[in-house]
Amino acid sequence: MHLSDIIGPVMVGPSSSHTAGAVRIGDVSRRLLGEDVTSAEIRFHGSFQSTGKGHGTDRAVVAGLLGMKVDDPRIADSFTLARKVHLHFSLGSIDLGEDAHPNSVKLDLKGACGNSLSIVAASIGGGQIRIVDLDGLPANFNGELPTLIVHHLDQPGHVAEVTATLQRSSINLATMQLYRTRRGGSAVMVLECDQEIPRHTIEALKRQDGIRKVTYLSLLPKEGDEFV
Amino acid sequence: MFKSLNFLCQQEMQTGIPFWRQIQQEDCIDQNISEQASFQFMTEMYTAMRESDQSYDPNLKSSSGLVGTDAQKLEIRRQQSRLLCGDFVGRAMVRALRIAESNACMKRIVAAPTAGSCGILPAVLITMQEERSLGQEALIQALYVAGGIGGVIGARASLAGAAGGCQAEIGSASAMAAGAAVQLCGGTAEEICHAAALALKGLLGLACDPVAGLVEVPCVKRNVLGTVNALASCDMAMSGIRSRIPPDEVIDAMRSIGRKMDPSLRETGTGGLAATPTGQSIREKISMPKPPEHSSER
Repeated sequence: MHLSDIIGPVMVGPSSSHTAGAVRIGDVSRRLLGEDVTSAEIRFHGSFQSTGKGHGTDRAVVAGLLGMKVDDPRIADSFTLARKVHLHFSLGSIDLGEDAHPNSVKLDLKGACGNSLSIVAASIGGGQIRIVDLDGLPANFNGELPTLIVHHLDQPGHVAEVTATLQRSSINLATMQLYRTRRGGSAVMVLECDQEIPRHTIEALKRQDGIRKVTYLSLLPKEGDEFV
Repeated sequence: MFKSLNFLCQQEMQTGIPFWRQIQQEDCIDQNISEQASFQFMTEMYTAMRESDQSYDPNLKSSSGLVGTDAQKLEIRRQQSRLLCGDFVGRAMVRALRIAESNACMKRIVAAPTAGSCGILPAVLITMQEERSLGQEALIQALYVAGGIGGVIGARASLAGAAGGCQAEIGSASAMAAGAAVQLCGGTAEEICHAAALALKGLLGLACDPVAGLVEVPCVKRNVLGTVNALASCDMAMSGIRSRIPPDEVIDAMRSIGRKMDPSLRETGTGGLAATPTGQSIREKISMPKPPEHSSER
């Protein structure tokens, strides 16, 4: 715990988990999509579903999808602002099962360049979040570091290829996780990095055999975004 | 962050480094920043606290309609000089209510330590600054003191209602504000720690039982309680009154009580005030589905 966790953060109320955390989930999801969100299906689970409306959780997620930060006074007006920039969204409920964190949400996003992404994220307290699922495969990261997510075939060599590519760009890995559906099936690696990964490195990874999808969470401000 | 209030007291006595500066030095090491950068950050937090007080809209209600507009009622009575608590305490109470209501109405606040308890520390600090014409630097030092107390409570117990009940939120905020008030009165580290202990002791066992699970009832008005309790605890400590139970042990007691609390009393919105007939009917009225029941609910 840091001093800034005790005195702070500056945020729009009423709840660090149900409001600030929800804004962060929206913002990280938008960054993972890598382009402006044009359509979002937002489905709440557990306590997010039962007390979300009173906490403004729905408005907070939409605010995050628009690129607002947790202290943006426009969070309460995010629905109106979303309509202005043609972000279409729907709100609903979902049962993600007993193991899901009570403050969870599933987002199905489509972007301006045609990309789509399905995300399950949880707000785990004090405004901290965790991304737990990407496109149906598990993940486990908090969005506080540049994060690379590579969906690939479960066959030898992909981890070495990806880490070698990152090494050539002088990227240091902070954490690394590997998951697979079954032996020889779909696999995903999640790499949290200490540096931002250059765009050409990500494009190079996308071209490698056996790699199905590369998703990248950049923490750099996006150009031309009126809400940043 | 530090794990013991006693350690901070001993350090001040042995090295002469004041409580607040020990917290600042630790922050510089923790974040790898300069003293100026740390001080700047705390100044920004204090500025944001002042803004959260000034941005109050007396006509605003929360989206559930349960809270809002109350701070103005208290302010009117204060202006008529009719408050039993007097003008100084009255102004602090009004501020606590304003900021906590603003939080419920989706306005910008500073979580200190949490959003639900955001009114207490600014209510004490800003009102004391106003009353005693204190300089900004003194206020920032007091903010460090508050942060240090919150850090020790977080390390030994918890600052989250879901983990420790309301004592961990309003209780912690009140302890932090009591220590900060002692700092502003020119007190020693020992007086700071005992004020924090006295404030926390008064709120031990406080349940987190929000109606319909919202940060509204009783959270908003408990900010007034935490503020008055902090001021009273400061006065006691500055008069030489000491907590018979050492401050660190009081925090340990809070942790122990939090662990023994039934889940229905830890931010689930299922026990205490939330479970009263009125609490339940409010939940139904604002069309919140009933949360799963806890079998141990009595």
